[in-house]
Amino acid sequence: MPSGISNIAYLGASALFILSLSGLSHPATARRGNLFGIAGMVIAVVTTVLAGTPDGVPIIIGAMLVGGIAGAVLARRVEMTQMPQLVAVLHSFVGLAAVLVGYANYLEPTTLAGAEKVIHEVETYLGILIGAVTFTGSIIAFLKLQGTMGGKPMLLPGRHVLNAGALVVCVWLGYAFLSAPDPQLGLVPLAAMTVIALLVGAHLVLAIGGADMPVVVSMLNSYSGWAAAATGFMLGNDLLIITGALVGSSGAILSYIMCKAMNRKFLSVILGGFGAVQAQGAAAEQGEVLPVSSEEVSSLLKDASEVIIVPGYGMAVAQAQGTISEIARRLRAQEVNVRFGIHPVAGRLPGHMNVLLAEARVPYDIVLEMEEINDDFEKADVVLVVGANDIVNPGALEDPASPIAGMPVLEVWKARTVVVSKRSMAAGYAGVDNPLFYKDNTRMWFGDAKGSVDALLRQLEETPA
Amino acid sequence: MTIGVPREVHPGERRVAATPDSVKELLKLGYQVAVETGAGQEASFSDDDYRAAGAAIVDAASLWASVDVVVKVRPPQVHPSLGVEEAALLKKHATLIGFVWPAQQMPMLERLAQRGATVLAMDCVPRISRAQKLDALSSMANMAGYRAVIEAAHAFGRPFAGQITAAGKIPPARVLVIGAGVAGLAAIGAARSLGAVVRAFDTRPVVRQQIESLGAEFLTVEIEEDGSGSGGYAKEMSPAFIEAEMRLFAEQAREVDIIITTALIPGKPAPKLLEAGTVGLMRSGSVVVDLAAEQGGNCVLTVPGESVRRDGVTIIGYTDLPSRMAAQSSQLYATNIRHLLTELTPGKDGQLVVNMDDEMIRGATVQHQGAVTWPPPPLTVAIPQQQAPAAAPVEAVAAPPRNRTGVTLAALALAAIALLALGAVAPPAFMAHFTVFVLAIFVGYQVVWNVTAALHTPLMSVTNAISGIIVVGALVQLGKPSLLTAVIAGCAVLVATINIAGGFLVTQRMLKMFQRD
Repeated sequence: MPSGISNIAYLGASALFILSLSGLSHPATARRGNLFGIAGMVIAVVTTVLAGTPDGVPIIIGAMLVGGIAGAVLARRVEMTQMPQLVAVLHSFVGLAAVLVGYANYLEPTTLAGAEKVIHEVETYLGILIGAVTFTGSIIAFLKLQGTMGGKPMLLPGRHVLNAGALVVCVWLGYAFLSAPDPQLGLVPLAAMTVIALLVGAHLVLAIGGADMPVVVSMLNSYSGWAAAATGFMLGNDLLIITGALVGSSGAILSYIMCKAMNRKFLSVILGGFGAVQAQGAAAEQGEVLPVSSEEVSSLLKDASEVIIVPGYGMAVAQAQGTISEIARRLRAQEVNVRFGIHPVAGRLPGHMNVLLAEARVPYDIVLEMEEINDDFEKADVVLVVGANDIVNPGALEDPASPIAGMPVLEVWKARTVVVSKRSMAAGYAGVDNPLFYKDNTRMWFGDAKGSVDALLRQLEETPA
Repeated sequence: MTIGVPREVHPGERRVAATPDSVKELLKLGYQVAVETGAGQEASFSDDDYRAAGAAIVDAASLWASVDVVVKVRPPQVHPSLGVEEAALLKKHATLIGFVWPAQQMPMLERLAQRGATVLAMDCVPRISRAQKLDALSSMANMAGYRAVIEAAHAFGRPFAGQITAAGKIPPARVLVIGAGVAGLAAIGAARSLGAVVRAFDTRPVVRQQIESLGAEFLTVEIEEDGSGSGGYAKEMSPAFIEAEMRLFAEQAREVDIIITTALIPGKPAPKLLEAGTVGLMRSGSVVVDLAAEQGGNCVLTVPGESVRRDGVTIIGYTDLPSRMAAQSSQLYATNIRHLLTELTPGKDGQLVVNMDDEMIRGATVQHQGAVTWPPPPLTVAIPQQQAPAAAPVEAVAAPPRNRTGVTLAALALAAIALLALGAVAPPAFMAHFTVFVLAIFVGYQVVWNVTAALHTPLMSVTNAISGIIVVGALVQLGKPSLLTAVIAGCAVLVATINIAGGFLVTQRMLKMFQRD
């Protein structure tokens, strides 16, 4: 295939990828966007295969068949609550592929010389570096999200020094790599750098606590894009560059949004260790908590006309979304205006709660973002908080000494009554006591979220309005 | 301990400091409650209602003599039927809670001090967010603002809402509200809902949003001066500002039908905003309601407690506006009192504890066990501007340190130099790719900001699938002759395809679930 034609095909694929992302601006157009993405990918792969030499085709078909089936099985089997793990593990594949492509490229003899050769080798080096960090970082993120590994941050002594040292060594190895007289000798610093990058990737994510995972996963998303872009530079392929840049900036924006939602600096999340900084100086506002039973919650909800449900990670853990959806449906049938308020960092992945509620068939037009719903809490008769803690902590706004001071939160306490479903009085992820629990209009609904909502649903069924 | 609720003796005062509902709550706190016979009559609460709620009904003399805590509305004064000052009736070392106005009532406070009394003033509760539920000044001001509009409508000879009828046109009433505190905002809301065209003036620019959110026009003067004082109250303005303000009022007086003034400066007599000349500019039949009448009035013609007519303009200076809606006002006030008592009864055991370390209680306590403790030390905590709707804490986040912009500029300059240096040495092929790269980042940036937050998870899985494009790199390598390269590239194709297939399929699965009602 002449290169002009394949260039045009690549251009078309790039355009389709852009359309794919812009389709996601609204749920109604999102599926079409995804189809655009698939079309772009098919065009890109077919063009590349046709433009290449035919002897590789059997390998290609074999590898793609195996990979495609594996991917399809993963996509079909995954539970929606396991989305964070799936996304993390998929990132690791991109990282691994970038490393492999980098090595494959380096092992081929090149005809380049001078500045072009230097730039080419820098690109190869960077591609492998970013790919390796993404690979192990994603694996660790996967293990943490899967629960195989504890969510607590692992803090090595002098971890910042370790990271900085690793960076310095990588730069030095890069210099050695560039000045190697022949490719065989260059392989040694390259391999050494790869090992270090793999360790750094693992170490970075190990130091980050469970609730910072939305940021970590978005960051790895971004890295996987940059790895693809670096590979594109290495191969002189604009399609890879464009796609990598799209993905890279998407992940970066998501990380930024997540950091903003937690009022944290990106750097301080990445450098990790937040979970270890325990609350100090925060006013330990104590008071009496008012427990409430499922029957009382049921009658509160039936008397209400405006109800807002605020789900958190606890709902995902307890798999309570189906029952909550059913409760919402039942109340809506009785002319109660039920809506959902979602904090940007609820869950372990950006938009995690939205996906869970969508799976439970909650219509997306009653699922609102924090900015959309925060002013409406004043008008709500009952707010039901299920498995959320820090994201509804009034201390973030009222107590300047609180470790989460300044973090935007859902202002649920403005409602007439707040019902908080919670297993016990334990503090949330940030280790901060939550003054919400002691407010006059707060009722604590103790018990496992799933058990509680199931009991509530039974109550609502037994006593029709 | 026993809480006593006497009947208010101030002439025209119809409110009462506890309602049957609040009595029930007070009993839950462990107190006993005694109510003077007829205390709630004017506010439509009968003795039987109180009795049913669990209170003892007693006469005035035995009430004052027996109870440990007295809750009142007005400051103590001479009791008309007993002939003694209420301060002298209070049991020794008892506690008095109510409006006290310590600045004006120093002699009375000293008499109470001789009896070793503890006095909590509802008018001295600090304006901190924790204390909103016991902010009786706000709850009463809210009632007063509403009632001011009702009184104005009563005295005004036209409806508030405009209409075109077969018998001719009814123009809408034009209302000017001066001072957009709690009372002013309540007046704006009430006047708007009656259909009037409302303008509002305030010296504090921060209230503009609140005024506009109620559907009124915000008036201002051309001089830059912020009238926000501490605690969300206004401060006194410079002479130049006052002059400009006066000109504005004179202009407005020609146009509007009703002026409601609510301007108060804490601890000072009310500022004189409407001179006789200004009132004279108003059309005949117009109405002025002066909510500051008790503090001397914003209008020089105001007669406190009365409604007078000057040149065809009715000037209403009633000082009992909340009391004119005694049932509702009593209910709000009783709730404020109940919240204060809840704070004062940490054990819920009927034992009153005045914790002077609590800034809210410290602020309200003007006399503690016979020692005058007013004024309280200044608060150290930042105070929210207003508790009315939509007061965003803008100041807190604005103005990062100036040197940060310097750092950003330096970083930008460094980046620019690095890019230029790169451009100087890089081969043209690289620059072409680099251009594409930077443009693609910008496109990505623009596109991704439009993605709705609800779809962030699908966004991640679809970008994930797309980043499987790295398969193209692997496919290119497969064409190369070396076996080692082919094996490595084959592995890369395999893992990248898992990514592509998994990413797109799971995205499709997720998006199918997003459905409208």
